[in-house]
Amino acid sequence: MTSRNLSDDRPVGVIGAGNFGTTVANLLARHRKVLLYARDEKVIKQIIDKRENRGHKMSKHITPINDLRFLAEQCDVIFPIVPSAHFRSMMKKLSPYLHPYHILIHGTKGLDITLPKGQTIETVTKLNRNQVKTMSEVIREESVVVRVGCLAGPNLSKELASRHPAATVIASPFNEVLSIGKRLLRNDRFQVYGNNELIGVELAGVLKNIIAIASGALSGMGYGENARGLLISRGVVEIIHLGRALGGKTKAFLGVAGIGDLVATSNSTFSRNFQVGYKLAQGMSLKEILESMDEVAEGINTVRIMKKCADYYKVRAPITNTIYQVLFEDLTAKEALNYLMRYPLNVDIDFID
Amino acid sequence: MAVEVIEKKNKNKRYKPVLDGIPDWPVYQLSKNRKEFIEEVAGQSLTRIKELRPTRKQLIDELEATVYREQQRMKRNRWRVDPQDEPKFWSKVKSDLVELTAKPLTDEGNNKEEEILKWIVQRYANEIAGKFNPSSYKFARNIIKFWFARLLNAARVKKFGAVFRNQYTLRDKIQIVGKVKQLRKLTKEGTIVMVPTHVSNLDSILIGWVIHSLGLPAFIYGAGLNLFNIKIIAYFMNSLGAYKVDRRKKNLPYLETLKMYSGLAIQKGAHSLFFPGGTRSRSGTIEKMLKLGLLSTATEAQRNIYLNTPEGEEPRKIFVVPVTLNYHFVLDAPELIDDYLSMKGQDRYLPEEDKYGSIQLLQFLFKFFTKGSNISVSVGRALDIMGNYVDDEGNSLDAQNRTINTRDYFLSNGHITIDNQREDEYTRMLSQRIVAEYHRIHRVFASHLVAFVAFELWQKKHPKLDLFGLLRLPEEDLELEYAEFKQTCKRVRKQIYRLKKEDKANYATHLKGKIDLVIRHGLENVGTFHLKRPLLMNKKGNIVTQDLNTLYYYHNRLVGYDLEKFI
Repeated sequence: MTSRNLSDDRPVGVIGAGNFGTTVANLLARHRKVLLYARDEKVIKQIIDKRENRGHKMSKHITPINDLRFLAEQCDVIFPIVPSAHFRSMMKKLSPYLHPYHILIHGTKGLDITLPKGQTIETVTKLNRNQVKTMSEVIREESVVVRVGCLAGPNLSKELASRHPAATVIASPFNEVLSIGKRLLRNDRFQVYGNNELIGVELAGVLKNIIAIASGALSGMGYGENARGLLISRGVVEIIHLGRALGGKTKAFLGVAGIGDLVATSNSTFSRNFQVGYKLAQGMSLKEILESMDEVAEGINTVRIMKKCADYYKVRAPITNTIYQVLFEDLTAKEALNYLMRYPLNVDIDFID
Repeated sequence: MAVEVIEKKNKNKRYKPVLDGIPDWPVYQLSKNRKEFIEEVAGQSLTRIKELRPTRKQLIDELEATVYREQQRMKRNRWRVDPQDEPKFWSKVKSDLVELTAKPLTDEGNNKEEEILKWIVQRYANEIAGKFNPSSYKFARNIIKFWFARLLNAARVKKFGAVFRNQYTLRDKIQIVGKVKQLRKLTKEGTIVMVPTHVSNLDSILIGWVIHSLGLPAFIYGAGLNLFNIKIIAYFMNSLGAYKVDRRKKNLPYLETLKMYSGLAIQKGAHSLFFPGGTRSRSGTIEKMLKLGLLSTATEAQRNIYLNTPEGEEPRKIFVVPVTLNYHFVLDAPELIDDYLSMKGQDRYLPEEDKYGSIQLLQFLFKFFTKGSNISVSVGRALDIMGNYVDDEGNSLDAQNRTINTRDYFLSNGHITIDNQREDEYTRMLSQRIVAEYHRIHRVFASHLVAFVAFELWQKKHPKLDLFGLLRLPEEDLELEYAEFKQTCKRVRKQIYRLKKEDKANYATHLKGKIDLVIRHGLENVGTFHLKRPLLMNKKGNIVTQDLNTLYYYHNRLVGYDLEKFI
């Protein structure tokens, strides 16, 4: 790629006008024209009329649209950022318009599951890698696109929007994708790192949400930073064990996308996953919490899936298991904490040879 | 052979040649302009190596390493086929290099190192290049056909004089199944890169026969240089269009020249064949990891074709065709599994030894024809260089059967770009697709089933022993109750049926039918002609072994299908 391409007039696509999608669209709009796909006509109208969405001011270079075909025809580079529960169906709709020259960089920190017929996520007892896929794997399965990447790292939308210094990781096996992503996103307040371990980075972003819920619960119970330090360091170990069982490499979990994101999310009252944990500890039920939120907290589904994966792959995952019990069974946050404090953990670090 | 009743009547038929005259064959075109072609290979290799080692110092370091390795090779492991003037050539290179490095390096100079590199790649290019010759091709082909038939008849019809009968031909011995029609059609549509699994020393010859028998034009293929040690084989190899791959030479100039030869030949439309596993599968498993070097030449060639085809002309497409060779009996099995076990056991350095002389090879062939049981060759569905299936017209298809333009994979911002990192990744993806296809088209034989089940049962009965512990058990102590063995075979066979339904495996027709018959067929055929039988039935009707190592080898053919948990 030469510098000529920087001034290229072709717009960049973003699919999904949620919090993060909107933020990414604004970041991209500093360099290029952006087509932002939203499902909801009202959102489109609101962006056109008021230049505003979900409390974000929208750049004038962003054009909201409702036509996936048009988006795919106009854009070679597309950022799909929709909740994991809708990701596959979105890809099915987009797929007929995609070609091998497209580059897809997704920003969804969740997992996709395909269940056996007649089963639901509640009834299925164990899950393995044949049923659980990362978003990049969904893209590969549903389309002809091979140049796939993901955005990960501490990208709290509100901070990014107010131009606090931050960093993101773009992961892809293709250096081409890394360099395009960097060029499109980087600015004086936003550093972009590249990483070739796509699956590991995706898993790091997904798994840290479990720890974020736990961290929220600690705060909800009124505990301070000693407790959080303990949680985060044990959390890293658990994430690495789970991540390796699903095919990630250790290295990916130790960088910005792993520890960086984990620390940011676990300390952030902005984070939806943190909020879930906080409210649980305050005694709200899961149902009440879900009704009080405007967007999905990916962590809830992640806990549900990872508990069952941990069972299948026989990975010790005490934090995930207890959060699972708090979310879906009748364990209280207090009991969960008591249990974890008594859990026989005698090895500090066992994942570095 | 009574068991052959359960083998489906062989439908193999005779195929007409796809292209009429040898002069139309791409390989002939290549050999006609052999000298120019070698020049081109050498020239482009030189450019490539200079790109890889851009500074004078790097290039000189590389040359020094090359000389050192070559002199080591000549000292330790010289073969009959190696040229006489070799030591002289390399000592000249060495003294020139010494002279060059004696002076301080400046940025300009007379570029002596480039000249030295040029000698080396020219030498290598000449060494690698095949010598296809239409008249000796025809001659060799007829000889092989004639003698194979003679041997077969001598073996099958056990009467004096049977040598001169024509009752049996190779076609009865070797079954070819799979996408033959598509392969024949695509030979005319584009350039074929055939990638077979590699089990036995026989493969090179077998696959040559298969190509001819399907009426395809000759393929060029990389054959191990060790095969050229044997004069008679060397003659056939040369005339069948083989080029030479010397696995002792691992230096950069050699590897780049070899890849350039393969890549340019493919680019010029020569149908090619190589064993992407590199060497014969030592453990007996189906290839899991492929060597990416030669495979990458296909990706690169396709990109260059798209890059260089003038507008308005249809760019020639490359089709990758996986092929599996399935044997009941592999003569090299005991030797292979020994290699594997000692490698795994103690990381022993394993030189590429040359174990076969002319006599051994002839013995080998004789045994094969007189004794060897049936062989089947599965031709897989053709893939494009990205591993997408193609239809009979050569169009790439996605999972929903929509057409894909393969050229799009090389586009950035609307233009074809050269991105080596991207293509390395593409090659890796292609290799994974080929491995999946191997497992899908590999035909499970009854002999694989019985070996797998028996070995796994013994493993299960000794849960505390690791592989080496298990293999050290005295064979006399091992006996399996027939009833249990039969039930397990049945269970595993059911899973193989399921895999076939899911399109993840295939099996020979003889695997169906009454399980007792299938087991008998398996026992009679599994490694039949080894001195010690891997598996047989004792007088009590139970299952015993005489050689656990070779049993392990045959068992490995079914590893990789996740069948272990059904034991």
